[in-house]
Amino acid sequence: MTDHGAVTEPGDADDATADEPAEDGEPTESTAQTGAESVIASLETAGVETVFGVQGGAIMPVYDALYDSELDHVTMAHEQAAAHAADAYGAVSGDPGICMATSGPGATNLVTGLADADMDSEPVVALTGQVPTDLVGNDAFQETDTVGVTTPITKSNYFASSPDTVGEDVSTAFALANHGRQGPTVVDLPKDVTTGETDVDPVEPAVPDTVDVQTHADDEGVAAAAQTIVDADEPVILAGGGVVKGDATEELYAFATEHEIPVVTTMPGIGAFPENHDLAMEMAGMHGTGYANMAVTLTDCLLAVGTRFDDRLTGGVDSFAPDAEVVHVDIDPAEISKNIEADHPLIGDAGTVLDQLDEAMPGSPETGEWVEQCREWQQEYRLDYAAPEDEPLKPQYVVEAVDEATADDTVVTTGVGQHQMWACQFWTYTEPRTWVSSHGLGAMGYGLPSAIGARVAADDDQSVVCFDGDGSFLMTCQELIVAVREQMDITVFVLNNEAIGMVRQWQDAFFEGRRMASEYPWVPKFDTFAEAFGADGFRIEGYDDAPDVIEEALATDGPAVVDVYIDPTEDVYPMVPSGGDNGQFALSEEHL
Amino acid sequence: MSERNTERDGLPGPAPEDRRRPKGRRSSQGIRIDPEAEAEHPPRRTVISALVEHEPGVLARVSGLFSRRQFNIESLTVADTQNDDWARITVVVEEPDPGIDQVEKQLEKVVPVIHVRELETDAVTRELVVVKVDADRPHEVHAITEMYNGKTLDAGPRTITVELTGDEQKINDAIDAYRQFGIREIARTGQTALARGETKTAVVPDHLK
Ligand SMILES: Cc1ncc(C[n+]2csc(CCOP(=O)(O)OP(=O)(O)O)c2C)c(N)n1
Repeated sequence: MTDHGAVTEPGDADDATADEPAEDGEPTESTAQTGAESVIASLETAGVETVFGVQGGAIMPVYDALYDSELDHVTMAHEQAAAHAADAYGAVSGDPGICMATSGPGATNLVTGLADADMDSEPVVALTGQVPTDLVGNDAFQETDTVGVTTPITKSNYFASSPDTVGEDVSTAFALANHGRQGPTVVDLPKDVTTGETDVDPVEPAVPDTVDVQTHADDEGVAAAAQTIVDADEPVILAGGGVVKGDATEELYAFATEHEIPVVTTMPGIGAFPENHDLAMEMAGMHGTGYANMAVTLTDCLLAVGTRFDDRLTGGVDSFAPDAEVVHVDIDPAEISKNIEADHPLIGDAGTVLDQLDEAMPGSPETGEWVEQCREWQQEYRLDYAAPEDEPLKPQYVVEAVDEATADDTVVTTGVGQHQMWACQFWTYTEPRTWVSSHGLGAMGYGLPSAIGARVAADDDQSVVCFDGDGSFLMTCQELIVAVREQMDITVFVLNNEAIGMVRQWQDAFFEGRRMASEYPWVPKFDTFAEAFGADGFRIEGYDDAPDVIEEALATDGPAVVDVYIDPTEDVYPMVPSGGDNGQFALSEEHL
Repeated sequence: MSERNTERDGLPGPAPEDRRRPKGRRSSQGIRIDPEAEAEHPPRRTVISALVEHEPGVLARVSGLFSRRQFNIESLTVADTQNDDWARITVVVEEPDPGIDQVEKQLEKVVPVIHVRELETDAVTRELVVVKVDADRPHEVHAITEMYNGKTLDAGPRTITVELTGDEQKINDAIDAYRQFGIREIARTGQTALARGETKTAVVPDHLK
């Protein structure tokens, strides 16, 4: 992982060599800039190219400084979408995504997106307007204690106190968002600070000197862990989001294939290991595959890399990999033994430590029988769905069909619900940074804004598709106008079951089918809705029209929305009920 | 484009009761245990000391961390140190060992935190308390104050207010002794502490000195 984004040449505004301060130390007229200009210059120095945001009173000076800058600004319809777009930009590019909002309601609208980025360790920098310093604390118009509100959901945040230091605040926030375990940061910008003048030039991003991230695990620990892995009969690698974020997929591939160890992923870890490989057991946890859950439950040695052992992964901790010696590799020491005790804690960067481990391996474990067993499970519990002749369209088929019709490097984003799980299960992910979703927070509404952020970050020839639910899409569908305005090539498949389906599934399973507030028979026609925004609208009503419409929608250049009428009774399985035992996953409602 | 396969008929595989099962178990704290002898860690009381950069918001971040994670905090003191740029936060927590470990690691993550450590049981710890009692029996109150090396701060016809310092046990004992007179109000500072002797309470990296 690189610590900083690419560093570009500072812009002309801060190229002070031509206008040195006068001899008496007073700045000359031409080197002076506003705090807002300093904010923008700091972003440019950090190599930022695009900012997502919404205008407003307290942030206006910063927007004014954008007017003359080289930065692209993508105006969003809602600040939540700006934060999600920045988050997805971070997920796809690996570099911090930047979002901006005004004070008060602008800043509070960012909160869901920041909480999401915090849970998923996505690098995001939020710049928020604030009322002038002398009004702070007075309940002034559009004042919110943004630092207070965002403290529990950010890696760090700053209240800018002077035009002289605001540039450094932004640089520090950028560096921190990107350093070690990535995450969101905030700089709150009082209006007098952004309008005030300074002659201090922007500095390169650098983390505070109290921050010290260990990238290389201690050799003794590595040697002991390597011995444990070699001695194991039934080892499993559990690859988390840290493998993807740490750009350690090659090291993981080398390690797993060299030593013939099956690889299970967490949900954020999807893309860490190619799912079409023989050793790929895919995702474990609540809606993970049966074979992944068998493997993590029965393994005698779990090499967990870059995962925080979220409860959706572990189910009840008492039954999670209970026979396994756990080797836990993580860049964040606080994740070690937080939820699952590590027998071998290895603190460091995922790729570095995997290489260290590989070098320390006295040989390879004998995994022949175990790999054979895993292959049997892959057959026994293969992912499937019923598709009888007379039944309505199954969502799983749609996911498979879109996967088949698109290139391997296609980026998939999703909302939250059943459709998200089908997009996990029935798409074959083979490359890192192609799976973008709201994992830890599970925020409905993430799908479309994240597709916009992903579109900006992705290569031009890379496709971006979004699988959304009707409920999730309704939460942020106004962002379609952004995709239309920017003529972004995005295809949204709304898997429309006229319900907030995941809730309905739980009501059917655990609340005696009392479907309180979960059926949505009043959703708009999403194809005509899309057309009203100036996007292309499509509709799929069954198996007969599905292949052609999918092809046509994908071929459309700008944004397209496909309203897909799916079987409203379809549920997501396998399933481990919350806090349950992964090895006892249900294959149908009868097993619950 | 994938052909539709109408033969597909749902998820295959043995039912839960027909699957191979693991032998072991973990405790609710995620620790591998012998299923026969379940061992949960009992809470213990300890003192954690953090040296932090003295900047606005540090205390809010630290205290927010405790409340959000539901750490069981007994007392928390904070003030500046020999160096104007640093403050020392002393926290007394009562947690099982994995919780104490988490407190330390989470504190370490707060950006302005320079160093965190759990102090040894022999650390020098002190607390100050101000107690206001009824003044009906002034001589007896005075005698107790003397006994605990306290100081009378204010004595009037109705109330006597005294100050005591000491370790937690001594303060608790003294408060018990004052109860006989009728305690009106108590203000305690919470514990503050330094490691004993040559042991450093906080290790400051050279580049921060
Ligand atoms: C912002 C938000 N509100 C509520 C929920 C609770 N929730 C989880 S899944 C779900 C249903 C999602 O419905 P939909 O987007 O239509 O997808 P489906 O499950 O039908 O595929 C709900 C309401 C949530 N995750 N996020």
